[in-house]
Amino acid sequence: MRDLHITVNGQEHRAEIEDRTLLVYFLRENLGLTGTHVGCDTSQCGACTVLLDGRAVKSCTVFAAQADDGGVVTIEGLGKDGALHPVQKAFREHHALQCGFCTPGMIMMAVDLIRRKPEPDRNTIRAELEGNLCRCTGYHNIVNAIEAAAQATAKVGT
Amino acid sequence: MIPYPFTYHRPGSLKEAEALLASVPDAKLLAGGHTLIPAMKLRLANPAALIDIARLPELSFIRREGDRVLIGAMTTHAEVANSDVVRGSIPALARVAEEIGDPAVRHMGTLGGSVGNNDPAADYPAGVLGLGAAVRTNRRQIAADDFFTGMFSTALEEGEIVTAVDFPLPKRAGYVKFANPASRYALVGVFVAETTNGIRVAVTGAGPCVFRVSEMEAALARSFTPDALAGIAIPVDGLNSDIHGSAEYRAHLITVVAKRTVAAALSSSP
Repeated sequence: MRDLHITVNGQEHRAEIEDRTLLVYFLRENLGLTGTHVGCDTSQCGACTVLLDGRAVKSCTVFAAQADDGGVVTIEGLGKDGALHPVQKAFREHHALQCGFCTPGMIMMAVDLIRRKPEPDRNTIRAELEGNLCRCTGYHNIVNAIEAAAQATAKVGT
Repeated sequence: MIPYPFTYHRPGSLKEAEALLASVPDAKLLAGGHTLIPAMKLRLANPAALIDIARLPELSFIRREGDRVLIGAMTTHAEVANSDVVRGSIPALARVAEEIGDPAVRHMGTLGGSVGNNDPAADYPAGVLGLGAAVRTNRRQIAADDFFTGMFSTALEEGEIVTAVDFPLPKRAGYVKFANPASRYALVGVFVAETTNGIRVAVTGAGPCVFRVSEMEAALARSFTPDALAGIAIPVDGLNSDIHGSAEYRAHLITVVAKRTVAAALSSSP
C-alpha cells in the first residue's frame, strides 16, 4: 500500500492505494470519474486516454503510483463553468459520436493533438488518431469535428 | 486486468536506483512501461518490485556534442521525434521514434526501455545498430554491434542500467518500416546509414533479433542507389515465419524495403 498524492481536474487528492493500482481504475473506482473508459485494456484502443502532466497517455497502462505528485485531466475536467470545451462542442455539432464509448478518449487525444499541432490537416488528424479506435467506424465525423475545433481554437487564439 | 502485487519504488537519483536494484530481490526497472505493464497485466511478468527510473532528470536529455548526438535513456519517443537537435542532425533517427506506437505511447515509451527490451520487431534497435551507436550504461559503453545479442536479450548484465545512447552523425541515413497493418509493429524495418566508417544496413522485424546485411552494405559501398540492391536475395534461414508473413515473404520484403530506404536516405541528403 502507498499514499498517493495526485491532482485530478484541478482538485488535490490523497488516497491509500495498492501499488499495483492502474491509473484508470483509480480514476473510475476511487474518484468515481467514470468518463474515462476501459476498452481493450491492452493499450491499443485509447478509450482510457487522459492527460498526465499535460500529455495524452493511456491510463490503462500507467500505474497510479507513476502519477504520484502529478496532475491528471479527464474528460470531466475539460469544460469550465458548465460550458463545454471547444472540442466537446465540435464533437456535438459535427455528430462525431455514435455509441459514444470511444468519445472521451477521442476528445482527450484531440485536445492533446491541437496543443501539439494547432493547425492539423485531415491526414495529420487521421494519423494522430492511430491509437484511438472507434468500433462504430465513425471516423469521418470525428475528423470533421477535430478540424473544426482546431480552427475555432486558432481563431480564439487560446 | 490487474497484475500480481508488487512494490513500487521511485528513486531520486541514478545512484539510488543502482542501490535499490542491487538490494531489492526480484526487482525490475520501470521506464515508460509500455511493454512491461501489459505483460504484467497479462500475468506473463511477475516482478516482486518495480524501480521507476522514468523521471530521473539525469537520464532525460538530448545533446549535440561535436559530430555526435547523445540521448538520455529516459528520453521519450515523442521528445526524440520532435527534437530540433535530432531532426536537424539525424532526421532518420527522428523518423524511427515517430514510427513507434501511437502519440500516447510515444509520450511514455523511452529510448532506453526500447533498446533494453530488444523486441524483435521494435524500431529503435534498427536505428541504434544502423547508425553504429554505442549504448552507455552505469558501468561501461557497449557498441551496438555487441549489444543486441538475441530475441529479447542484450549484453546488459545483472544490475546494469542503460543511461544514454551515443549516436555518431551519419553522412546520410534513412529508415523505412513496413508495418503490420494491425499491430503497426515492423513486419520489416530497414535502417540504412552512410557513416564515416562505411555503409551500415540494419533490419528489424524480420528475424529473432535486429541484424546487419553485409551483402547490401558492400553493394551500397560501390553505388549508393536503390538499384544496387535489386539483385540481392536474402537467405530465408532464420527469418521469422508466423501468421503475419512467411520467412520467404519477409526475405523478399527486406530487399523491397531496403531499396525504399536508400531512396529515402538520398532524398534527405543535404
